[in-house]
Amino acid sequence: MDKLEHPLWIVQAVNAALGPLVARLLHALGRPVPHGDVIPNYLVMAALIVLGWTILSLIARSTLSVENPGRLQILLEDGIAAVQGMLHDYVGQKGPRYLPIVMTMFVFILTGNLMGLVPGLMAPTSNINVTFGCALTVAVYYHLQGVKEQGLVSYVKHFAAPPGAPLFLAPIMLPIEVISHLSRVLSLSLRLFGNIFGEELVILILFSIVPFLVPLPMMFLGLITATLQAFIFVLLTTIYLGGAVATEHEHEEHGEMVAGEV
Amino acid sequence: MMILAGAFVAPLHAQEAAAAAPRATVAQWSIITAGFALAFAAAFGALGQARGLSAAVEGIARNPSAAGEIRGNLILGLVLIESLVIYVLLVSLILFFVKPF
Repeated sequence: MDKLEHPLWIVQAVNAALGPLVARLLHALGRPVPHGDVIPNYLVMAALIVLGWTILSLIARSTLSVENPGRLQILLEDGIAAVQGMLHDYVGQKGPRYLPIVMTMFVFILTGNLMGLVPGLMAPTSNINVTFGCALTVAVYYHLQGVKEQGLVSYVKHFAAPPGAPLFLAPIMLPIEVISHLSRVLSLSLRLFGNIFGEELVILILFSIVPFLVPLPMMFLGLITATLQAFIFVLLTTIYLGGAVATEHEHEEHGEMVAGEV
Repeated sequence: MMILAGAFVAPLHAQEAAAAAPRATVAQWSIITAGFALAFAAAFGALGQARGLSAAVEGIARNPSAAGEIRGNLILGLVLIESLVIYVLLVSLILFFVKPF
């Protein structure tokens, strides 16, 4: 699998600058130091996304204006409004409270997916460590928010006896619910990883057959996949959040939407 | 006449050679399995997605005002179907590249 990747100059530069420092740190912590690149590709790319969006946001903030908003401001505001509307649809009245993490996930994953199509960069989301990290963050976050919103006892009780189910089913319901919540992490991470990695593999295979113009339709398809997968990740995050923070009296209006999906 | 006889004999020799050759290894079987698994997953995943899509389009044609909500549910359902195909793709990729045996 490692042969599929070629050295990227930006990763080489970062490793030349920070590699010895990180290697010494790993050695001091008693962790094994990898030979070759000490800082892997996907970490450099993820850091690049963070850096890029920080700079972009600072630029956008410096030119914020109510009377004549710039193009960048309108674009970002539209994106935020779209995610806000989705949160309002699926979580309810208190949805916009969770805007920061959902928007961060969307921006990170969308940029990460689209980076794979830029020469000289790679998609950090085509590595399972990154997607698993994203899914784990989402899972921990929605459980924490659920406990915070409902209290620990009623949140666990919500696992054992979902509204509408009798209490004597609890010994069956509890393992099923726990497994279903664990499989959410698995499905979130594997879906994103499989889509992005599979798409890159298809482009690679087409390149190895005809290295001119033929992979272009596949790359266009990759553009759609990248956007759709970022949207799907955020949509599922929102639905999970909605399921976790919904209190008893809200289940009547949101129950049927949350029930019956993995 | 001799050539004709040779033409009949040659496949027999080939069969003997094939019988003497080592049997297909686990690696070869796993590649065959991975290919078939992906083919089946793609076929039935596409069937399921097609059913959902046709129902959604029919629903939108009957009631265009509900298009937004139907589209949201359609995308959610398509993705949940597609993720199963993606799992099979990952299993196949593991069989192709990682070779866990």
